[in-house]
Amino acid sequence: MSKSKLFWLAITVTMMISFAGSAFAKPIEINWWHAMRGARGEVVQNIVDGFNNSQSEYKVIATYKGAYDEVVNAGVAAVRAHKQPHILQSFEVGTQTMMMSGAIYPVYKLMADNGFKIDWSQYLQPVLSYYMNADGNLMSMPFNSSTPVMYYNVDLFKKAGIPMLSKTEPITWDQMGEITAKLVKSGVKGGLVTAWQSWTQIENYSAIHNIPFASKANGYEGLDTELLINNDKVVNHIARLKSWMADKRFYYGGQKYQGPKSEFIAQNAGLYIDSISGIAKLKKAVHDFQWDVAPLPVESWMKEPQNSIIGGASLWVFKGLPKKDYAGVAAFLKYLAGNKSQIYWHKETGYFPITLNAYEQLKSEGYYKENPLQEVGIKQLTRRTPTKISRGLRLGYFIQIRNIINEELELVWSGKKTAQEAMDNAVARSNVKLREFERIYK
Amino acid sequence: MQLFAMIIKRSYFKTRSLPYLLILPQVVITLTFFYWPAIRGIISSFQVSDPFGFRTTFVWFDNYIALFRDPLYLKSLVTTLIFSGSVAIVSISFGLFLATMANRVLKMTTLTRTLLIWPYAIAPAISGILWLFLLHPSYGVVAIFMEKWLGIDWNPLLNSSNAMLMIVMASAWKNVSYNFVFFLAGLQAIPRSLIEAAAIDGASPLRRFWTITFPLLSPTMFFVTVMTIIFSFFESFGVIHAVTQGGPGGSTNILVYKVYQDGFIGLNLGSSSAQSVVLMGLIILITVLQFKYVERKVQYTG
Repeated sequence: MSKSKLFWLAITVTMMISFAGSAFAKPIEINWWHAMRGARGEVVQNIVDGFNNSQSEYKVIATYKGAYDEVVNAGVAAVRAHKQPHILQSFEVGTQTMMMSGAIYPVYKLMADNGFKIDWSQYLQPVLSYYMNADGNLMSMPFNSSTPVMYYNVDLFKKAGIPMLSKTEPITWDQMGEITAKLVKSGVKGGLVTAWQSWTQIENYSAIHNIPFASKANGYEGLDTELLINNDKVVNHIARLKSWMADKRFYYGGQKYQGPKSEFIAQNAGLYIDSISGIAKLKKAVHDFQWDVAPLPVESWMKEPQNSIIGGASLWVFKGLPKKDYAGVAAFLKYLAGNKSQIYWHKETGYFPITLNAYEQLKSEGYYKENPLQEVGIKQLTRRTPTKISRGLRLGYFIQIRNIINEELELVWSGKKTAQEAMDNAVARSNVKLREFERIYK
Repeated sequence: MQLFAMIIKRSYFKTRSLPYLLILPQVVITLTFFYWPAIRGIISSFQVSDPFGFRTTFVWFDNYIALFRDPLYLKSLVTTLIFSGSVAIVSISFGLFLATMANRVLKMTTLTRTLLIWPYAIAPAISGILWLFLLHPSYGVVAIFMEKWLGIDWNPLLNSSNAMLMIVMASAWKNVSYNFVFFLAGLQAIPRSLIEAAAIDGASPLRRFWTITFPLLSPTMFFVTVMTIIFSFFESFGVIHAVTQGGPGGSTNILVYKVYQDGFIGLNLGSSSAQSVVLMGLIILITVLQFKYVERKVQYTG
């Protein structure tokens, strides 16, 4: 036998062995690309391991692909190359882009097609509604969801003679003015700081007060939506915050959370608005003072404040993969929504459980008696049934729109524009983006 | 005849195909990593497309028209010019100053020079983070010092000139080292005898610098200016991404960052491609202008 013949024989044998191996023993692999790093990434991996060990038909492979925007970009590139993963985690602002992409397999349909009858009414509605289409069908599976709450410095409050805040009854913005005035008077450098200003002060402010953020039910009912945030109520709110800057009752610490958080930790600010998922970070970082959590303030005229809206990400399923894989995807999503996964996820990360059942179980276990802070967000999120206005936002190019809002707000804070001018401009600029987005899908 | 051929052809190959074979790897690399993406970019700048590429419509110059109608794009253009100009002035003058000083160092020359070159080895994003730790109003060491002891109201989060100053410093600081290396090499190429002769004739150190050293450095100066401007147009991305993200109020949103924001984050590929084509054109224009008008004044021979 010549050398080359031997070589080919070797290759053939190897291939046959590996083929036989894959055909008989190997479970179907399901790829999940996510953006959960560090401790959260470990929790994700533990949940995945739990699923993989619970059965032998499927094997989920979870891969960290970078920050949210990087994961979405990886997904885009993968779809273009016809190498898409089964599941992709996308942040909430990318919802419209994903929904319109034509590349996804809606989750409600996936579950039904694979024989899972799911009672969606048993889910936390404000979480679910963010990812539903106009007909109320769930397009993607909510995964990590949070909502903004208000943190306050208990020691500074005591020093200034301010009573502690309720964990369920929100204070009014008028009270906020008085509290911050007292704080500043008592010698604290500043009153209130806020992280993610567009999300907390405009998106959530609008939802809580049932003020439309955009026309066409916040964009749910048509791509020809237009922003409406230059209404009197939002403009007055921004103008009020600006007026508070004169005596530092409010001041600006940056667009993201790092700046405002460090102002709160350094006790320069007595109050700090940020996502509920900040609890874990503050627990680690704060050692020299007591702090507590309260719901976001509400206007005195709003007798029945609406639910706040969520931030975070959801899981999208891509279409175009082998049919037998989807049974596994559906089984995995079902496992994720199960009490075991949900309770573990909530306890470890602070993100909301997505089913009422998991929430009830946590309650009956007495989890919220030991961890009352965690419940502030859930209570605020579930205090009313979401309306068409408070269920969420559905805008194309939402990331750029948030950037525009951030830019315009900064121009208010630095005194270059009035609140009205800035919001008018934000609306005009965002509408240009919305028209550009609409044009793609015409 | 044979002698003539040898003068024209600097290298001589036995087979005709060998030279092509030798340059093939370089051609392949240039084609795949420069021309192919550049052409794709030019094509998609004439299109409106969804991120996933399922719906693409050819729209002629709509993306460009929208761009030049957008006051913010024009503002970003001006911001870029201010930023690049400042980075060039600061990093070239400091680089030159340090090089002249280092050229005169007598003790521990290698150590001094190595230390001065170091910052160039730092990635732009890291350099940005370092400056942020110094100058962030909430946790920056220098910023807190300035506010507490000097009473300076420093706030790059809201004050656009503060923010611009910060990114110019962070970018220039890194580039000073790069320029320093070239200036030092240029200085060392200047014959000492020239300078000594001038010194004997009684020329002051300043006069010696302006009339001898500076003109002889002009090729280096030219090279460094071109490189610094290209650097500040593109490489400064890392600094801006780490320090200001284009803020406050878009006041540090230079062109290359806007390309990233609109294309990578916003997934508006048509507009983003149009912007990168404009950016490419701008760089070509600047370089051509420099070669046409500035290079004439460069003295390549003493």
